[in-house]
Amino acid sequence: MTSTTSAVEPAVRTPAEDTTTPSRARSIPRAGWMVIASKEFGDHILSSRFLVLAIIMAVAAAVPLYFISGQIRDAPSGATGFPALFIALFWLTPTVNDQISLPSVVGFLALVGPLLGLAFSFDAINGERANGTLPRLLSQPIHRDDVINGKFAAGLAVIAMVVVVMILGVTSFALIRLGVVPEAVELLRIVLWILVTLTYIALWLAFGLLLSVGIRRAATSALVGFGTWLLLSFFGGLIVSLINGIVAPLTTTSGEDVLKNIGVREMLQRLLPDTLYREASLTLLNPQVTTVSTPATLGQYAQAQQRIPSLFSLDQSFILIWPQVVGLVALTVACFALAYVLFMRQEVRA
Amino acid sequence: MSASPGRIASKKRPGRRADVAERTATGGTGPAASGAPVLIKTRGLTKEYEDLVAVDHLDLDVRAGEIFGLLGQNGAGKTTTILMLLGLTEPTEGAARVVGLDPSRGPLEVKRRVGYLPDAVGFYGEMSGRENLRYTARLNRLEKSVMDETIDAVLEQVGLTDRADDRVETYSRGMIQRLGIADALVKDPDVLILDEPTTAIDPLGVTEILELLRSLVEERGMAILLSSHLLNQVQSVCDRIGIFSAGRLIGQGTMAQLAERFGEGKQILEVGLDLHGDAEKARARTVLGAVSGVTSITGGARPGDPWHLEVEHGADPAAVRSGVLAAVAAEHLPLTSIRAVVPSLEDIYRRAVARPGGSRVERGRATAGEVPA
Repeated sequence: MTSTTSAVEPAVRTPAEDTTTPSRARSIPRAGWMVIASKEFGDHILSSRFLVLAIIMAVAAAVPLYFISGQIRDAPSGATGFPALFIALFWLTPTVNDQISLPSVVGFLALVGPLLGLAFSFDAINGERANGTLPRLLSQPIHRDDVINGKFAAGLAVIAMVVVVMILGVTSFALIRLGVVPEAVELLRIVLWILVTLTYIALWLAFGLLLSVGIRRAATSALVGFGTWLLLSFFGGLIVSLINGIVAPLTTTSGEDVLKNIGVREMLQRLLPDTLYREASLTLLNPQVTTVSTPATLGQYAQAQQRIPSLFSLDQSFILIWPQVVGLVALTVACFALAYVLFMRQEVRA
Repeated sequence: MSASPGRIASKKRPGRRADVAERTATGGTGPAASGAPVLIKTRGLTKEYEDLVAVDHLDLDVRAGEIFGLLGQNGAGKTTTILMLLGLTEPTEGAARVVGLDPSRGPLEVKRRVGYLPDAVGFYGEMSGRENLRYTARLNRLEKSVMDETIDAVLEQVGLTDRADDRVETYSRGMIQRLGIADALVKDPDVLILDEPTTAIDPLGVTEILELLRSLVEERGMAILLSSHLLNQVQSVCDRIGIFSAGRLIGQGTMAQLAERFGEGKQILEVGLDLHGDAEKARARTVLGAVSGVTSITGGARPGDPWHLEVEHGADPAAVRSGVLAAVAAEHLPLTSIRAVVPSLEDIYRRAVARPGGSRVERGRATAGEVPA
């Protein structure tokens, strides 16, 4: 090995000069991942999937808003001291009539967010591979992780843009149509909630990225991604009940049993990212929410019954949902890290 | 077309032309210019996958100013070798130096100076050819001021100027291949590595591309490593050729060297005679057979078929040739052509690959002399 090195050393003369030639000077570099991210961002914005998702998001904002606006308008006259009226727009569940109620903005986002995340990443790597552009891209003077970082950053940027625009739309609607003015704390709650929302969507973005690295065909990774989303969103509750019924069956109607059953269900539900997101969102947006868990014992339950309804300050709300936020961040990091490691170890050639 | 590479060279690299001029003055841009720096060097380069050895102790040298052709069947290890040279895959064993750097330790600098055309290259279909090249230029951190100029120049070199602003999804496979070559040239590389560069390009286009490669080597002093399974293209453009089989380089050198090593040691003269009738043929056969140095005669079965004269081992082919001419003139045979048959690369290749494992020893002996002490 050492002898080989010495044998190779004196080989190059001309190119060595080149590095010092000013003609080879390059402009002060934007890092490789930024070049990739800006290209991907442009692609996303111009893509038809962006258009479709923008429409979905607009609907997700507009439909609840339409039905809530009536409720909100009635609220101030009806209930005095309706707290944090402005941000109630985001979490109030609109009722069309006595039978039908629609998901709130939070509910819509919990449902549609994953779609948004997956749509911008399910073909990130395998698409390049299928296109024949991956070897070419990797043979440019960039690190391999620039590719995956750039793609993640671009996806997140597009999503952040869509989400922020949507939420700004809702707030401006509230300002103009309803004449409700937010307080500073409410704005802060909204900002924090946006961050939580982005983390939630980033989780699915990272999951999509992982699929795009691990699965060779874009169509398959899309199918797996959207299948997972469907499973968790629509059958998640069903599966939770099923497991719940096995682990903590409701055999008697005693209070202890019921509480145990509920406790296990809550624990199982928190394995689903959308539960984490819903809990975090509702607590952040509604200062009236002072607890996210049902009491574990009858004693605590009795205590909770006697508690005087109160409002949480922002920091209290935030402390309450800290575990949920950490859970979301951890899941996101885990997905991204897995995608990263997998990609770094993968052969360039299929 | 041949003027454009020179234009780039003079514009962007003032130092290069003098260097080239000097080399041409001393008479060797070809492989003979052994003073030229070795831009690609591998020693004992090995890549093993779980159950197969893709590349087996490869020793390779490619110097500035030469085109080296890697020849081998699919799966012989050509692409794996190329990926190791670019630092895109780690060698299991052995060392590689590309432009004097270790690709697995400093892949960025290597990739900055090596243009690579992958096998089955692809581009972003929704972007135009020019936009695709611009993306590559940005990834290579080319300055804005030189970017457009460089892109225009390389597009012209590969003959895509007219279609540069069309979306790549409207391109034919051959045009994509040309764009791939342009893409590899955007970074103004010292070394060009081309994996199957001429697949899907029409015959006329191939000639153009090969001329372009030749001019890049001669005017810019680039080193080009190209892999191909199209034998006559490799033969026509490469200064030296390495024959790959099952991960091993079973022979490398110029056509003449390979012919010597893997040829049958026979020299053959091809003589065309415009003969009619069996009597004529029989007469010709006797006349040609009488020429001193000719050992056997084959061919000429059908009218128009050339005759193949095998030259005696050790005899001077030039003397035999003039002997044949004299005899033909004396006997008034209607001669249409006469030439020495060079063994085609195909013959060499077939024999080299067919030769049983013994070639390994030979390879060791051949390369031992090349390693500087």
